[in-house]
Amino acid sequence: MVVNASQDDPEKARRFREAALPYLDDAYTLARYLLRDAADAEDAVQECYLRAYKHFDSYRGPAMKPWLFAILRNVCRAEYARRKTAPTAVEELPEGGEQTPLWNEAPETPEKQLLRRFDGDTVRKLVAALAEPFRETFVLREIQNLSYREIADVAAVPVGTVMSRLARARAMLRSAWLAEQEQVK
Amino acid sequence: MTCEEAEVLVHALIDGELDAGHAREVEAHIEGCAHCAALMKEYQEIRQAIAESDVRYKAPLELRRKIEKALPQPQTQAQAAPSRRSVLRGFAMGSAVSAMAATGLVAIVLRSDDEQRIENEVVSAHLRSLQAGHLIDVVSTDQHTVKPWFNGKLDVSPPVIDLTAQGFTLIGGRLDYVNAREIGAVVYKRRQHVINLFVAQTANTERKSAKISTLQGFNIRRWSDRGLNYWAVSDLGADELTEFGDKFESAMRANKEG
Repeated sequence: MVVNASQDDPEKARRFREAALPYLDDAYTLARYLLRDAADAEDAVQECYLRAYKHFDSYRGPAMKPWLFAILRNVCRAEYARRKTAPTAVEELPEGGEQTPLWNEAPETPEKQLLRRFDGDTVRKLVAALAEPFRETFVLREIQNLSYREIADVAAVPVGTVMSRLARARAMLRSAWLAEQEQVK
Repeated sequence: MTCEEAEVLVHALIDGELDAGHAREVEAHIEGCAHCAALMKEYQEIRQAIAESDVRYKAPLELRRKIEKALPQPQTQAQAAPSRRSVLRGFAMGSAVSAMAATGLVAIVLRSDDEQRIENEVVSAHLRSLQAGHLIDVVSTDQHTVKPWFNGKLDVSPPVIDLTAQGFTLIGGRLDYVNAREIGAVVYKRRQHVINLFVAQTANTERKSAKISTLQGFNIRRWSDRGLNYWAVSDLGADELTEFGDKFESAMRANKEG
């Protein structure tokens, strides 16, 4: 990763550092969930920051985090595309995932029963197991605290799509949560 | 409103993204529908559980280093050591990796407003270190293992002192990142409490006696001695952290005399 001489502007670099580096952990977290691989996530974030720096002149705000995420997401999608042509392509959707009606995935539970709390590793595992594009929407909302509007901008979809994806993501996670709970009982 | 509609809209309600009119409609449906009410409760619980658990990742130091390296470095002064004034200006511009990075003399000079910012960063670094697997890069209770481990990784390796006899067990060392540069952290434990001792070089060799402050529920004891700035951060009480700092400082003095 080398920045060419015309961009070798220390003042720009300083502003970029101040604006973008505080989100490094956020960006890395998003990349980990999108790519589900530590090494790939690291590469993607590095590439994201390089691109962000290149385009920093055109950055007009207002929020740095969604702007970085939009770049990161594109980098990650390029990585998906690469994997698809690679022999070990990662499956994006479990069969029928998109088609299953939402409300069939909500079995009744006794009303008083409280959901069990899991440790961080288990929760990470459950979230990471969500299928795309629901995982992306879910992570942007629940872990990165973006608004629907910001998520829509990052994912380049209408706000209505964000809402329906999030609904499905939560329904899927709830099912997985209950299944996990059943298993450890 | 049907259950099918409510099951989508309830999420926007939970997230506070519904306009007042729709919010009322969903709420009305939920009041009359045990099924949707139970679902909403579960979604809220899951949401709460996620907010309270450790689901984030910390960017590896190596990644931070690679990104920093790829960015143009702040303007370097000629090879001469920078004046104190230029150091302060470097900070006023918010840049810590100032001219001195190039000359090999990396220094942190604090102005009072930077002090607060750096304390914030130190506490963040402490918090990050408590996440699983981030606490120590070199695991050892032996100061003669921890100390050499830092050599070559930092411009100045932090003093590593065994304080086990004084009730603070050395458990290892770690490279961390504070104020846009790498910094050594020596990790101690008392009972179940972790103490991170962050050490950074400073151009200012004047001794500054300890100050205790509290940030986000953590205590910080900060002092400077012989060209090094120290920040000890822990959830230990101020009295025990003071004790730690005192023991450390007197052990340093004994080392020098001995």
